[in-house]
Amino acid sequence: MSYIPHTDAERQQMLSAIGVTTIEDLFEAVPAGHRFPSLNLPEAMSEMEVMAELLAFAEANEHSQDFVTFRGAGAYHHFIPSVVNHIISRGEFYTAYTPYQPELSQGTLQVIYEYQSMMCALLGMEAANASHYDGATSLAESVTVALEVTRHKRNKIILSHSIHPQYREVVRTYHQGNPTLRFVGDRGRADIPDLIDMLDDNTAMLAIAYPNFFGQIDDLKHLADKAHAVGALLVMVVNPLAMGMLKSPGELGADIVVGEGQSLGIPMSYGGPYLGFFATRQQYVRKIAGRIVGETVDITGKRGFTMTLRPREQDIRREKATSNICTNQGLMSVATAVYLSVMGKAGMKQVASLNYHKAHYAAQQINQLDAYEVDMSKPFFNEFMVKCPASVQQINNQLLNEGIIGGIDLGEYYEHLRGVMLLAVTEMNTRDEIDGLVSALEQIAKE
Amino acid sequence: MATLQYPSHLWYQHSDEWLLVEGDQGTIGVSDYAQDALNDVVFVELPEVGDKFKKGTVFGTVESVKAAADLKMPVDGEVVAVNSELEATPETINAQPYTGGWIIKIKVTGAVEALMNADEYRAFCESR
Amino acid sequence: MEPLIYDLGANGRTGALLPKLDVPTSTMPDADLLRDELNLPEVSELQVVRHFTNLSHLNYAIDKGFYPLGSCTMKYNPRLNEDTARLAGFAHLHPLADSTGSQGALALMVHLQEWLGEISGFDAVSLAPAAGAQGELAGILMIRKYHLEHDGEKRTKILVPNSAHGTNPATVSMAGFEVVELPSDPNGNVDLAHLKQVCQEQRDSIAGMMITLPSTLGLFDSQIVEIIDPVHDAGGLMYMDGANMNALMGIVKPGKLGFDVMHYNLHKTFSTPHGGGGPGCGAVGVNARLKPYLPGPVAEVAEAEVDEPPLYRLAIPEKSIGRLKAFHGNFGMFVRAYTYIRINGEEGIKQVSRHAVLNANYIRVKLRDDYTVPYDRYCAHEFVLEGHWADVPNVHALDISKRLMDYGIHPPTNYFPLIVPEALLIEPTETESKQTLDGFIEAMKQIAKEAHENPTLLTEAPHTTATRRLDEILAAKQLVLCCAPALPSWNIEEKKAREASLA
Repeated sequence: MSYIPHTDAERQQMLSAIGVTTIEDLFEAVPAGHRFPSLNLPEAMSEMEVMAELLAFAEANEHSQDFVTFRGAGAYHHFIPSVVNHIISRGEFYTAYTPYQPELSQGTLQVIYEYQSMMCALLGMEAANASHYDGATSLAESVTVALEVTRHKRNKIILSHSIHPQYREVVRTYHQGNPTLRFVGDRGRADIPDLIDMLDDNTAMLAIAYPNFFGQIDDLKHLADKAHAVGALLVMVVNPLAMGMLKSPGELGADIVVGEGQSLGIPMSYGGPYLGFFATRQQYVRKIAGRIVGETVDITGKRGFTMTLRPREQDIRREKATSNICTNQGLMSVATAVYLSVMGKAGMKQVASLNYHKAHYAAQQINQLDAYEVDMSKPFFNEFMVKCPASVQQINNQLLNEGIIGGIDLGEYYEHLRGVMLLAVTEMNTRDEIDGLVSALEQIAKE
Repeated sequence: MATLQYPSHLWYQHSDEWLLVEGDQGTIGVSDYAQDALNDVVFVELPEVGDKFKKGTVFGTVESVKAAADLKMPVDGEVVAVNSELEATPETINAQPYTGGWIIKIKVTGAVEALMNADEYRAFCESR
Repeated sequence: MEPLIYDLGANGRTGALLPKLDVPTSTMPDADLLRDELNLPEVSELQVVRHFTNLSHLNYAIDKGFYPLGSCTMKYNPRLNEDTARLAGFAHLHPLADSTGSQGALALMVHLQEWLGEISGFDAVSLAPAAGAQGELAGILMIRKYHLEHDGEKRTKILVPNSAHGTNPATVSMAGFEVVELPSDPNGNVDLAHLKQVCQEQRDSIAGMMITLPSTLGLFDSQIVEIIDPVHDAGGLMYMDGANMNALMGIVKPGKLGFDVMHYNLHKTFSTPHGGGGPGCGAVGVNARLKPYLPGPVAEVAEAEVDEPPLYRLAIPEKSIGRLKAFHGNFGMFVRAYTYIRINGEEGIKQVSRHAVLNANYIRVKLRDDYTVPYDRYCAHEFVLEGHWADVPNVHALDISKRLMDYGIHPPTNYFPLIVPEALLIEPTETESKQTLDGFIEAMKQIAKEAHENPTLLTEAPHTTATRRLDEILAAKQLVLCCAPALPSWNIEEKKAREASLA
């Protein structure tokens, strides 16, 4: 049952070689009163039985293969090309260790280098690391970098309220050991001009989301200039899929770009594992955390890849490390590298376009229903806000009866958005599904 | 391992920085022992001219492939010059730790005290 | 040498097969919101498959061979785990699914939390942390919050043995504490006298201690209770780095020894795959004292009626240190760990640590005549040897490691823990057969012989791998982290300069 290959004979030979009679003899250093406790765990099961049980758990969930999905808010039901899963199911990738021995890891190392490169291309930046745990932790790490770059002489961090609420929680959790830091800007409803007013020479960084949590595209044209004028870093939290269409954050002047890579070939999987990407300008590269792969040559002059800038990492700098990150999200960056390769230039443009137009079609149709009002005040990508005639929970309960998972209730995160649903539409939603949603919403409003 | 050098006209501290005092001007670098322990230096992080540091605080970093060492001030001072050539050729620290590999020049603003002379520092290094 | 994906492309080539737009188009945003260039590869699906397949062939992996990597626990990654994690009801479940729509996922989490707690003797578990390092951060932040509530701000120090994994002091700094490093005694254990002295002299400022059990040297410290007592006595809390749990399952329960908090590495002990550097899961277990501070959310029973199956939900504990990542953890890894525990059952889990320790001791006794084993007594699931011989001074642990590659074996962990010179830390795990261990032993004996008879075989190793001794200094100096075709064109000058320097 337990993948242990030893036969009785082999066990005996090994115990004799060591010079003990039983395996238990090897544990004499463990305090006697605590040794060999009983474990109250269920009995072992066969593979068939385990699979049957897990299948039952899985089918007890309302998931996107059974239900039409219009829920986003940081995790999306996107198309994952079949190639992705086949590649990351190769044992050479998923059972490989961290590439500390480059001669034995050129596969992983080159994939990470290519991932770094493709992320730079997508985001318009010059350097990217191999990954953080997710978009939220990437944002938390950007604060550390901003503090380093501003030489720990500044302690104000401006966060837009339109960054994912859970991301802003994570940033505060991460930095609770540094009570001198001040996080401002996100308790109310400050918009971009308001945030600009908050900039001063005590600001280490200003962070906004692009598109923002509400799906909207803010006017970011002059933001970088304003931040740089006071010596602060501009950090953008981006939806990478939208970058197939929208002007890249690098071109907009961002110093650091972070966000969630789940939309790039990673299944929703009830919250993880995901992929935090982190990209920056070459001048800040020595300050950032996480693994980075660089190009080099071997002793024969052949091109190869190796992890570099390791002195920043925990195993060398220890208490002086810029972060304690060790294991990251390795296999997920392989998934994204495969996704971006197979989608390529044309595919990314096309998928962004599908998202945009389908979402706008849905928004227009819903807006035509008397009982609902869609916020069209700003341009948006594939998510939009809908003011509903009843509580979002009630509407969603009814939608479930029609086999539809509706959007999240923004009122759970923002007081002023009670009764507002955040709807996401992706390339996975056919016209029939969208029309079905619209007529279901119409029906529900009548009741 | 070539014999390590300990020039006698310099002051040294346990964290391996050396200090050359000329009137109220100082020059700071890392010792031959330090560059030998670090191996090939690939990057030096320098402070800015005008920065002020107290004795014992970190003013920069020296990085090799396998290690990163903080640079600590041997005396209170204000930075008047940094060796910007180290940006392009950080390996000068290995080749010439006491001359071409100088890291910063300062105006000395505190007392020059509690430092080792060359003999004391050599004895310290040989006992490590 | 496999070309870069960018080198394989041709203008206009596409891979993905996306549907046509089936709705009317809408007005596009203003032109100044749109991008012009997108420097992504243009390759066919077959090219993608070949490229990544060829790259995979350049990797060593558990599926290919033995990894005696100390402190990493490179055990077999069961295929069943991959199948269960990919079930549609898990893979396609939105993290913000209604509680009523995720009862299967929540039930799985509740059971996994319980079993992890049972295995290590803790009252409550949070699965939220994404990796061991995050688990450590959670543990230290919980200790911090506990003290802030009880003792104000006076406790500022965490004790850490000098043999600790680098994440330990890094975590202490991140959490705003000061590291107090503790020396080890000649037996490789924490110097007890020194510890007691520190706990006495600095009793008011000690927040706690982080320790790995067994130690990073692979040794059970028989004085563990005597280590815990003075720290508790001084008012500090005990954190256990659970990276070495593979030696402890069914052997001892850290929670019962007196630890207040511990992190698990599901990607070590519980067979979830290493993935070339993640993803992992660093769940944390706590006793009743720290339960309210767990990182959230945790899965719990919402309602339990008689004769009805319980209803589950996610909840943030009342005094939680907060959220460490968005949503609720690396769920895909929970499914794998659950599957692993389920297939093993109580008996299987008990045999894991026994056989991991058996395997390590077997290698130790077989190599003790060829290598210096500084702590030559019963080891736990791993042990250290010195990769160095006094009579062959120019051969180092690094060279032995590189030479092992020529024997088709991944090297052990090098230069860790720091307190042993030229350390090679060897951890076979329980899933390796005696034949594999004998093969490794034979290779190591051969290499020891070669070191004395023909040392250049080692110092110039590896000889048979596709690449050899990559230049890390060059990598750090030239810092090429992104290939030129991917760089944005408005950095044209930099791009040109980069291409020139590589020519």
